[in-house]
Amino acid sequence: MTTLQEKRARTGRGLTSILVGAIALAIAVPVAWVLFASVKGKSEFYGNPWSLPAGLRVQNYVDAFVDARIGRYFALSLLVTVLGLVFVLAVSIPAAYVIARYDFRGRGLVEVALLAGLFVNVNYIVVPIFLMLVDWDRALVDVLPDGFFIDNPAMLSLVYAATSIPFTIYLLTAYFRSIPADYEEAASLDGASRFAVMTRIMLPMARPAVTTVILFNFLAYWNDFIISLTLLPGENKTVQVGLLNLFTAQKAAADYGRLYAGMVIVIVPVLVVYALVQRRLIEGMAAGGVKG
Amino acid sequence: MTTLSPPPTATEQQVPVPETRKRKRGNGGFVAACLLPALVLFALFMVWPTVNVFRMSLYQWSGFSPAMRFVGLDNFTKLADDQQFVRAFQNTVALLVVVTVATMGLGLFLAAVMTRQKLRGRNLYRFVLYIPNVLSVVVIAAIFSALYDQENGLINGTLRLLSLDGLQQVWLGNQKVVLWSVAIAMVWQSLGYYMVLYMSSMSSIPEELYEASSLDGATAPTQFFTITMPLIWQNLRTTLTFFIMSAVNLSFVLVRAMTGGGPDGASEVLLSYMYKQAYTNSSYGYGMAIGVVIFAFSFLVSLLVSRATKREPLQF
Repeated sequence: MTTLQEKRARTGRGLTSILVGAIALAIAVPVAWVLFASVKGKSEFYGNPWSLPAGLRVQNYVDAFVDARIGRYFALSLLVTVLGLVFVLAVSIPAAYVIARYDFRGRGLVEVALLAGLFVNVNYIVVPIFLMLVDWDRALVDVLPDGFFIDNPAMLSLVYAATSIPFTIYLLTAYFRSIPADYEEAASLDGASRFAVMTRIMLPMARPAVTTVILFNFLAYWNDFIISLTLLPGENKTVQVGLLNLFTAQKAAADYGRLYAGMVIVIVPVLVVYALVQRRLIEGMAAGGVKG
Repeated sequence: MTTLSPPPTATEQQVPVPETRKRKRGNGGFVAACLLPALVLFALFMVWPTVNVFRMSLYQWSGFSPAMRFVGLDNFTKLADDQQFVRAFQNTVALLVVVTVATMGLGLFLAAVMTRQKLRGRNLYRFVLYIPNVLSVVVIAAIFSALYDQENGLINGTLRLLSLDGLQQVWLGNQKVVLWSVAIAMVWQSLGYYMVLYMSSMSSIPEELYEASSLDGATAPTQFFTITMPLIWQNLRTTLTFFIMSAVNLSFVLVRAMTGGGPDGASEVLLSYMYKQAYTNSSYGYGMAIGVVIFAFSFLVSLLVSRATKREPLQF
């Protein structure tokens, strides 16, 4: 190998490193800029956009949290997300276990239907879901004049859970299948019931898959705004919809501080979770081929 | 929003069930109790609404009134003459092409550099690049609105500082520019995701292949095209399906939050137009006909792309 070639290779490596660094900066700078802007005062938004904040204007956060009700929306989002996770796990774990371990009539059909469900994006079907719930409310108008299905956070959780069933069962079934059957056989020989085998033996062994499922569904539920915008048209809002409203209002009022503070409040929990479970999230994604 | 790939391990699913899982008598109750809750929810909130999209596309219906009129394929023939629909269709296709080319190119480049060159600070880069994938679309829309802001945005503000006022744009208000602005936000959002996907399949290519070709004097770019690309071909094909899905779905949520389809329909995409028809315009049946077109479009494009990119799988 000649020195000229070596030199050229080295220059190439240098250039690519610079390019990679530039791309990483293009990703990081806008996020960091929002963090800085969230503590800026009103006058600081004019002029040089690169100026560092003059001081820590915590008032922005107070405004966002209290006046713009981001605090309230945050609590509702947390509730809806947790409830959705409880629902989806409660119905998907037993179903995935049975699909993986029991042979029953129609299993092939169930599997194909769930697999097809992976390709139905929720954006296509929000409108029919909404109208279906409106219909149910109308049918029940004598019993419940205020309506029950629309504007009900628990219903929102249920819809989240229902629409993530295909993905959740797909991931869990694959994992259950990879666990050797010996453990269950030993347990049932010892007289454990089918239910006990599932909950006491299999569930603890499937913990990695359950964690992955929780992670992805947490992100999906927490970050959703299309479904919650549609199903919660009233006073109760999720934090994403609240932020969207704040963002639309701020366009007119040009009161940026409050908006950026609201954004930070929404971003921080997700970034903390991401930083904590980074490895598992990325590995799980590579293994399951999940599109976020 | 979570969509899912066709399972990369689809072949494993067809492995016959081991003997231990034979049907036992008296399990019916247990199986039903475990399965039914999930199936009922799935049928009610996914199967039935999907069926409804197709069924309703044949009706004229405002969505709220009980008056529903069967109109056959009228909704579809109307679509062909609807200029706004045609524009939304063109925008979706344009985003599909531009975002796919840019994201795939950059993603492959980044993945190749990170796996092949053992770049210093690789984990930090990966951490940073993947961040947009965990942010919500509302946050991304807000971030980009801050960047694109006409007066005080990061981009126009920086151009002013550099006395390059001539390059300033009304990024989200100019009909000619807005689609590019949306495309940039889409690439920004998904780049890290695809990079990680490509990295994981590149890391399974054996090192010897590269060593052998280095001895033959192959440069890094040559190696990329002769070794890396052919060996991750299947993975590339899978991601093409993702690109089609995200061009349809991500573009919608982003447009919904960032531009609302404006100015004057210049950034309207198929799904956002469907929403407008179904909600604002109360032409529910018409909206669902658009939904059917989107279904058919993404299905057909996926099929065509998958046919066109079919190669004999290579083994290493």
